[in-house]
Amino acid sequence: MKSESLIKPYQQLRSATLARDRGLREKVMSLEEAAKLVRDGDHVGIGGCTMSRTPMAMIWALIRARRKDLTVSRSITSTEGDLLLASGASRHIITSWFSQGIVWGVSKVMRHFTENKLARFEEWSHMSIGLRYRAGAMGIPFMPSRSMIGSDVSKRVGDDFKTMECPFSGDRLVLLPALNPDVALIHVQRCDAYGNAQLDGLQFMDIDMAMAANRVILTTERIVSNDQIRRTPDQTRIPFFTVEAVVEAPIGCAPHECYGVYEPFFTQLDAYAERTAKDALQGCCDYLDEFYYGPKSWADYLAKIGMDEVLDACRRGRSVHND
Amino acid sequence: MTRHQAPHRAYTASELLAVMASRLLQDGQVVFAGVGIPLLAATLAQRNFAPHLTILFEGGTIGPFIVPGELPPSTNEQRCTRRSNMVLPITDVLLLLQRGYVDVGFMGGAQIDRFGNLNSSFIGEADNPKIRLPGTGGGNDISSLTNMIVAMKHEKRRFVRDVDFITSPGWIKGHRTRDRAGLPQGGMWRVVTDLAIMGFDEETREMKVLAMHEGVTREEVRDNTGFALLFDDHVATADPPHQEELAVLRELDPERLYTA
Repeated sequence: MKSESLIKPYQQLRSATLARDRGLREKVMSLEEAAKLVRDGDHVGIGGCTMSRTPMAMIWALIRARRKDLTVSRSITSTEGDLLLASGASRHIITSWFSQGIVWGVSKVMRHFTENKLARFEEWSHMSIGLRYRAGAMGIPFMPSRSMIGSDVSKRVGDDFKTMECPFSGDRLVLLPALNPDVALIHVQRCDAYGNAQLDGLQFMDIDMAMAANRVILTTERIVSNDQIRRTPDQTRIPFFTVEAVVEAPIGCAPHECYGVYEPFFTQLDAYAERTAKDALQGCCDYLDEFYYGPKSWADYLAKIGMDEVLDACRRGRSVHND
Repeated sequence: MTRHQAPHRAYTASELLAVMASRLLQDGQVVFAGVGIPLLAATLAQRNFAPHLTILFEGGTIGPFIVPGELPPSTNEQRCTRRSNMVLPITDVLLLLQRGYVDVGFMGGAQIDRFGNLNSSFIGEADNPKIRLPGTGGGNDISSLTNMIVAMKHEKRRFVRDVDFITSPGWIKGHRTRDRAGLPQGGMWRVVTDLAIMGFDEETREMKVLAMHEGVTREEVRDNTGFALLFDDHVATADPPHQEELAVLRELDPERLYTA
């Protein structure tokens, strides 16, 4: 891939931001309405990491809306990557690590799509992905860094991997091209109707991603008042003017975790691993039929996972608040 | 594939790895650890002799203490933050490596070569792989920017002359090739397996056996390695795991998620 297809020209980046209504306005909508803000072919950044604060409800809505040709970027990609590939929503994932999780081994779905050249898994180091979002957030075309050099990971990236001699020190530095997603999907514990978002626990790359993206779609465990946000503005991590949509999606990361609210749904994740171990593609498609295309609503999806599992995940999740 | 006959031991290979690796750490160090054996080894060191050792997780945690029986499934879940001093964004915790705050990076590996390069990306040709593996995660960053300890099973298919793909650079092609490639800091320091503990020759940077576990012969080590290993002039016999060390591991991982 040529660099110019990933790096947005500065003028374009600025004018796209200027064109958006950045006023303090309410933007609460449904998952289905928010899904319409994502266009086929968009670069979609996904917040969270591995099984944590994955914006699963929004991904669920995009897959149900039959979005396609999305370029997807994420720090580390877990089961949501399988589902984006198997549903046909994406054929190109930019990430540092891609499988359900260490304890479940290598993703058979990722293997199916990459080994048969049906999809591209573009691998950058974890820090490099983070610095690419940071460059995007800073409004600069690249970030210098010191990893990836000398490895085959850099060779494989091809034309997008550049180095230079530092004009001050003479050191050989890597130049990481900025990532500016068209849209970032981020799930938080709480935000107001304007999109002022507060998040607890690990932040991952979400803040840089929000600033780098042209627009953010927020899903949230709960919507709180603007007065409540203003009582603790130091806790606000994502400002309203980056946000285009606010969707209240309780248990919106299931079967992944949301810090302090629920841990991963291990039984569901084990069952998913078992399905895809037998026949990767069929197992994943069956899962999509049952949990993505079948349910009438997000609540119905959670009901299919089952109340026992929801409660167990919540009990474990909330235990971080126990002494 | 040649596989050595393990002598009867009162512990598993994974427990042996965790115990031996823990002894390589020092009190006061800042250790960048993956989940699994690295986390168990670092926690064991904290409990036994290194109370001032600090664990970093690439998910963004500084100084957590893991709750026994609640081992995290990756470095990115809330279990990784228990009793930690601070949580940071991923990028910033990884930048601590680049800035120079980290003494040791500690991970497992799928495939390693004679110069300590690690592969976790492709088995076979990258353009036409037999297996597409999950990739680098933070592995490339950690191995590029600090001194490394790797813990892994000693098998011929894992210990190869040249890795299929350098995901995480060790000494690249030996001698000063790592430095010349643009990596002046860090490098592969120790490789701990269920047979031996290895370092790297100061000059050529080839893998060298420093110690073997009790009852292991040179022939066994050679038979399970896909290249010619160097042996130190004084190959020691490692002190086998103590009951107290094994007890800590079994308390931390009662379900044997990582130590089976």
